[in-house]
Amino acid sequence: MRFVRESSIVFRRQLRMNLRNPAWVIIGLMQPILYLLLFGPLLKPLIDQFGAANAYTFFVPGMLVQLGLFGAFFAGFSLIGEWREGVIEAERVTPASRTALLVGRLARDLLQLLVQAVILVGLGYALGMDAPVGGMVLGVLLTVLIGGACAAASNALALTTKSEDVMAPVINVVMMPVLLLSGILLPMTIGPDWLERASTFMPTRWIVDATRSMFGGDFGGSEIYWGTAWATVLFGLALWWGTATFRRENA
Amino acid sequence: MIHARGLVQTFHTKQGRQKVEVRAVDGVDLDVAEGEVVGFLGPNGAGKTTTLRMLVTLLRPTAGTATVAGYDVVRESEQVRRSIGYVSQAGGAFSQARAGDEVVDHGMLYGMSRKAAVERGQELFTELQLDGLWERMPKNMSGGQKRRLDIVMGLIHDPTLVFLDEPTTGLDPQARANLWQHIADLREKRGATVFLTTHYLDEADTLSDRIMIIDQGRIVASDTADNLKAQVAGDLVDLEVEDPDQVTTVAERLARFGGGIETDDRHVRARVSRAGKAVPGLLRDLAALDIALESIEIARPTLDDVFLTLTGRSLRDAEAASEGANPLATDDETGADQ
Repeated sequence: MRFVRESSIVFRRQLRMNLRNPAWVIIGLMQPILYLLLFGPLLKPLIDQFGAANAYTFFVPGMLVQLGLFGAFFAGFSLIGEWREGVIEAERVTPASRTALLVGRLARDLLQLLVQAVILVGLGYALGMDAPVGGMVLGVLLTVLIGGACAAASNALALTTKSEDVMAPVINVVMMPVLLLSGILLPMTIGPDWLERASTFMPTRWIVDATRSMFGGDFGGSEIYWGTAWATVLFGLALWWGTATFRRENA
Repeated sequence: MIHARGLVQTFHTKQGRQKVEVRAVDGVDLDVAEGEVVGFLGPNGAGKTTTLRMLVTLLRPTAGTATVAGYDVVRESEQVRRSIGYVSQAGGAFSQARAGDEVVDHGMLYGMSRKAAVERGQELFTELQLDGLWERMPKNMSGGQKRRLDIVMGLIHDPTLVFLDEPTTGLDPQARANLWQHIADLREKRGATVFLTTHYLDEADTLSDRIMIIDQGRIVASDTADNLKAQVAGDLVDLEVEDPDQVTTVAERLARFGGGIETDDRHVRARVSRAGKAVPGLLRDLAALDIALESIEIARPTLDDVFLTLTGRSLRDAEAASEGANPLATDDETGADQ
């Protein structure tokens, strides 16, 4: 009970600051919307070659996962600013649970992601996406799960490095192969064998495939289980890392 | 209120390829009684903040034990946190949030209800002369206002023991004098025990009942400012003689009262214990010899003299050695403690 109360104090504080300065939320959302508006039309004439029926039903799930990965990975930057101004230290000398300090922030990141995901799906729908409601809901939930993993990892990374200059290149180094090997923009199946085989080692490829199948209303394939399993495992690991970082005595 | 025995904190840093163990705090014992105001003085890098961070449960001691407000800092850290207020060097209010919101959220993390936190916060805003700034963002506050806001955050849950880490670093002279008054009020009006770190001699001298001097991770002295100054071999007496030919005679006479005689043109200087009592006799001697003085000056020893006596280095040299000149420190340390 106390933990919930403390987390919600932190959550509300973060939310209040986000609403007062929504620049990052808007920038985070602009990226997938631009992809949808400016890249989506290019896919339309190619869509037959992917074995998919509808360009947006194919493309929106990829954009969702991208939003979950990239948007959330930048969550830690605001934490560095807070740390520099002594906020984290001031919170850590209160009797509040240190895990609550992380969970409250994660809740803000997840809510932000959820709102962005709903807007993205709505826009896709307006552009002609054709997906079952159940599949969309599950796909968004999977996005939130992987987004939560990235946000937790980002917060942990922020509190470990305490420097934007270190964090930005680290995120870039991690993100480029993730983006290219997950089939977010184009399906890995149209590439050569070696490239597709390489992509099977990328957990996020399974998550993209799973989300895509959910939006396609196809719940029979093994990628659904692999994607969900990977998202759950990554979320668990990242949450453990984040909690350990916040609880560490010497942070 | 605070009892620490053998506190040690070691860090590992890399020097080239070699891993080096740095003992930032190297066996600190300290005791602070209820209601005391203690100044923890030392150059930058002496281990002040590290010691403080161990006492406020932000850093686990590598070795040694400490109880703060009756609780063990490692085993009962939550009770320690509940009992103390801590104002760090960085502050604690986010520059782009409203001041009042930050204070209320901070109080709520201590378990206060929103209503209680708002009431208490507004009282403290009035006490610390922050009326009308409840809605303002700290980034739009002056340095002095920002520091007082940090103190409000540290006091929101009415702690009986308050830790202040370098409270006036970077403030202009008026803001410092104003903040000193508020720090003095912590005890005068609230009965709080105060433990503050500083590398300003005048600050330690003005605010604290007792001064602990830390150098290179060890406490080298702990006493009242007056007693510490008394350890230095007396006050500095400087006589200016009218007739240069009489300087030698004056030096001989002055040597009967104190040591460390120096002569310089028409000046004769010496360290004389209790100069106030000795000087009238000296003047009678000189008058009897028909020696006229142009001027006479007596200077009480400063804490800088104390630091020099204890460590063989002046505080400012130690500072420069530890991490280069601190541009904020120089002005204040030269003039204020004389």
